[in-house]
Amino acid sequence: MEPVASTDFTPWLSLFGGVLIGLSAIMIMGLFGKIAGISGITKGLTGMLPGQDGPGDRGWRLSFLAGLVVAPLVVLFVSGSFPQQSVPTNLVGMLVAGLLVGIGTTLGSGCTSGHGVCGLARLSPRSLAAVATFMVVAVLTTTLLRHVL
Amino acid sequence: MRNVSGFVAGLVFGLGLIISGMADPAKVLNFLDIFGAWDPSLAFVMAGASLTTFIGYRLVWRSESPALGTEFDLPTNRSIDAPLLTGAAIFGIGWGLGGFCPGPAWTSLAIASPGILVFLPAMLVGILLGGKAKSLPLFR
Repeated sequence: MEPVASTDFTPWLSLFGGVLIGLSAIMIMGLFGKIAGISGITKGLTGMLPGQDGPGDRGWRLSFLAGLVVAPLVVLFVSGSFPQQSVPTNLVGMLVAGLLVGIGTTLGSGCTSGHGVCGLARLSPRSLAAVATFMVVAVLTTTLLRHVL
Repeated sequence: MRNVSGFVAGLVFGLGLIISGMADPAKVLNFLDIFGAWDPSLAFVMAGASLTTFIGYRLVWRSESPALGTEFDLPTNRSIDAPLLTGAAIFGIGWGLGGFCPGPAWTSLAIASPGILVFLPAMLVGILLGGKAKSLPLFR
């Protein structure tokens, strides 16, 4: 079991960060007419959605992902250090986690952004069911790993 | 224009993930650990993001069409079916195990921890496998 890194309760920063995420989702809808789902954007990039995209969708998706990748470099440039993060060090666990996140978000047609942020904002019952399911299962998984196994 | 605005939107999204704490797996795992080291911060991320989007979508949808596209492309599938619930459950296990969902995986790439350098390629492979799983008779 990994050591548990303690974290501070940051309601205001988290709320502000959440608002930025929302503004980005609004931009994607207002500019391209699309749901800002990162798993969907990543999947679209792999070219697995033939016929579902209008021309030019691959371009903005690639640029959007580039923006995500560059974000910590902007933080480094402005503040002089990378954002604080503590990543699990069990690499077999991370391999399995990555596979499950990729399979699950593809099969379930969305993740925390597509079903979570955008789906809930659309008041979609389908997204609400997905969010309730992955939240409960994720809580059970973490609880099991930290307190039972 | 499309590429520049896509990049700016991605940058804003990524900064939001970082500032909110969502890009730190320790914060995610502590949020999920409601019976242990519980850190409720990420509930504020979801609330801030969903409420902002709820309001903004309704303003944006007053237009006939998106600024750089022909129509609003909204999901039409309404059914709460086996692929949705199975996929969400599988995603939940992976999220609770690694503390990364797809967005934070991308914003953590440049920090280059060993964990993300394993997680991100595995996630891309998982997306390909998930596409195959979706065409199984079980999920059609």
